[in-house]
Amino acid sequence: MSRLDPPHVSRRSFLSLVSLGSFFAALGTAAAGIFRLPNPAVLPGPVRRFKLGPPEQFSAGSETAFAEQNLVLFRDDEGFYAISSTCTHLGCTVARSKDGFACPCHGSRFNSKGSVVGGPAPRPLPWLEVSRSANGDLVVNADNEVPEGTRYRV
Amino acid sequence: MAETATREFLHNLHDLPQTVKDSCFRLGKAPESEREESQATFHNLFLHIHSVRVHVRTLKPTLTFGLGLMATASFLITIITGVLLMVYYKPSTDLAYQSIKDIHFTVSTGRFIRNIHRWSAQLMVLVVLLHMARVFFTASYKKPREFNWLIGLALLVLTLALSFTGYLLPWDQLAYWAITIGSNIANSPRELTDAIGITRFFDPGGFQKRLLLGANYVGQDALIRFYVLHVFVLPLALVTLLGVHFWRIRKDGGLAKPEDPPGGLAEWGGEKRPVFQPLATKTYGLMALVKGKRAPVNRGPENTVMSWPHLFWAELSVFMVTVAVTLILAFYSDAPLKELANAAIPENPAKAPWYFLGLQELVSYSAFMGGMLIPMIVLVGLALIPFLDRRPGGEGTWFGTSHERSVFWQSIFFACAVTVGMLAFTVNYGWLRNWFPNIHQLWIIAINPGSLFVLIFAAWSIFILKRKDSVRLSAVSLFTCFLVGFTLLTYFATVHRGPNWHFYWWPSQWPVH
Ligand code: HEM
Ligand code: FES
Repeated sequence: MSRLDPPHVSRRSFLSLVSLGSFFAALGTAAAGIFRLPNPAVLPGPVRRFKLGPPEQFSAGSETAFAEQNLVLFRDDEGFYAISSTCTHLGCTVARSKDGFACPCHGSRFNSKGSVVGGPAPRPLPWLEVSRSANGDLVVNADNEVPEGTRYRV
Repeated sequence: MAETATREFLHNLHDLPQTVKDSCFRLGKAPESEREESQATFHNLFLHIHSVRVHVRTLKPTLTFGLGLMATASFLITIITGVLLMVYYKPSTDLAYQSIKDIHFTVSTGRFIRNIHRWSAQLMVLVVLLHMARVFFTASYKKPREFNWLIGLALLVLTLALSFTGYLLPWDQLAYWAITIGSNIANSPRELTDAIGITRFFDPGGFQKRLLLGANYVGQDALIRFYVLHVFVLPLALVTLLGVHFWRIRKDGGLAKPEDPPGGLAEWGGEKRPVFQPLATKTYGLMALVKGKRAPVNRGPENTVMSWPHLFWAELSVFMVTVAVTLILAFYSDAPLKELANAAIPENPAKAPWYFLGLQELVSYSAFMGGMLIPMIVLVGLALIPFLDRRPGGEGTWFGTSHERSVFWQSIFFACAVTVGMLAFTVNYGWLRNWFPNIHQLWIIAINPGSLFVLIFAAWSIFILKRKDSVRLSAVSLFTCFLVGFTLLTYFATVHRGPNWHFYWWPSQWPVH
């Protein structure tokens, strides 16, 4: 049989092929629809902008841990900065250690600027955006990362 | 007329106990002949998944150790106790912890039922793993059972998923942090996509995590998803696949067993029995239309026995043993319940349930390699076994082909040396990040103790393949290495890892905090 002489396909088998095809197309679409539903369109969650109080409350050279908010606020000569205390490995909360931060879960260690010095964490602890609210309180936006070394001056 | 109808009624009333009994039990009495015994088997929905006769060899306890059945039994126990727990459990972040506390401390028999549920779930995981090992070492995955091996693997994954989802439900510290870690493992492809900088366009990790948690953190959405998976989706899937698993055992001709010697007599239990030979000229009944050779009912003495009562006694005793073991464990040991989940302070150390601790050790080198890639490689490797090792031989016999036992012991020795050596090295000298603080993350993903285990074990099995010139022996060496690695890592992470995932000789040396 040559290409010029294709095998005969009867009308009946052509139609059953087409309907079978449409069946599987419908099945595929339904499956895709089923898996779309559990994929959340809007991520629920609390607002992660935290008011931490008036800047005068924090003296230069101080560091203050906010456990609920999972961050540590620092003030040095150049200004304020906030480091997240959520481990970049698998999300445990790191604790302050002698020379930085240590994670209880798989032993990641970070220096006091948040850079990884040991363990499995793939990234440094994120620095978070610091700003002020209308009434002058310090505000940390835990959803916004800023480059390491960024300071907020009051 | 009225008189006879009244009579008939009274007569029926009088016969009521007997007629009800007859309608329930078609035979109406304990079977006496083999014919009646076979009817007892296939007239009952639950018994008829068995064949009417079984080969004596497959009844020998040391072939299977009843492990598959034990897994089935412990699954049934978790179903029954799970339904009971559902009566009081409330899947909401505000109420879950309190409702478990109520179950544990207030509800009558609540603590006992909860303990049974915990223990039988753990027993199920253990027994399923052992069952897989027995199927492997008796070469029972070979043709025509390749497909059932795959179904079995799916059952293994479902079993692990069931226990993972159940772990969150108490909403205590243990639950919260184990699931935080678990869902971030689902997120860990980011480690790779971040390292090559494509997360913004292609983020499978984030997708998996969102699908699992319904949010970016473990909260109400995660709890309800885990609840639905745990009490409905996964058990349903497991029951369905279990049906397929059992059905395939029947269709594959019962459990794997060595061929009977052709003709003549075979010895069973000190008794010589003539071997059953299917006749080319005989037409066999529908029940015999399966792959493999099957004996019809009511033939003379041969190497099969009636399922009723022989197989059923054996099954019943495995069920009883399983129930007894869980009851004893549940009586003496309470399921843990820590403080209410607290997102600010992790457990230290935050440990997953024991069967995930080997993984947690691997994750402590690289989340992506240890938590995603290696499990994937192991699963694919296991799935390929029956398709790469296709030479018949050794089915239904422990270490059935020559040299298997020696390769097994050599591999145990080799894998122990490699695992202990690597762990000792890592504990003493740290890993790449400690030596080169600025090293690129890709190096750490690629080269870490976990990936080295995989490479070394693979190299060992290739060495066995070349040296022994046998695919089966190569598979034996690799599977043994996997078992040893799994066991040692689990032990190591359970006993020797303490706060901050530091090494301790014993938990009693952990610093108090
Ligand atoms: C929920 C988990 C499982 C249950 C309840 C289960 C149950 C069973 C039972 C009752 C048997 C009959 C023989 C025996 O007791 O050993 C069996 C046989 C078998 N199982 Fe499983 N199983 C499970 C998981 C697995 C896994 C993880 C594998 C392998 C990857 C597997 C592969 C097989 C194979 C190939 C057979 C046939 C063995 C033969 O012919 O000798 N099963 N299973
Ligand atoms: S979560 Fe911090 S080291 Fe794993």
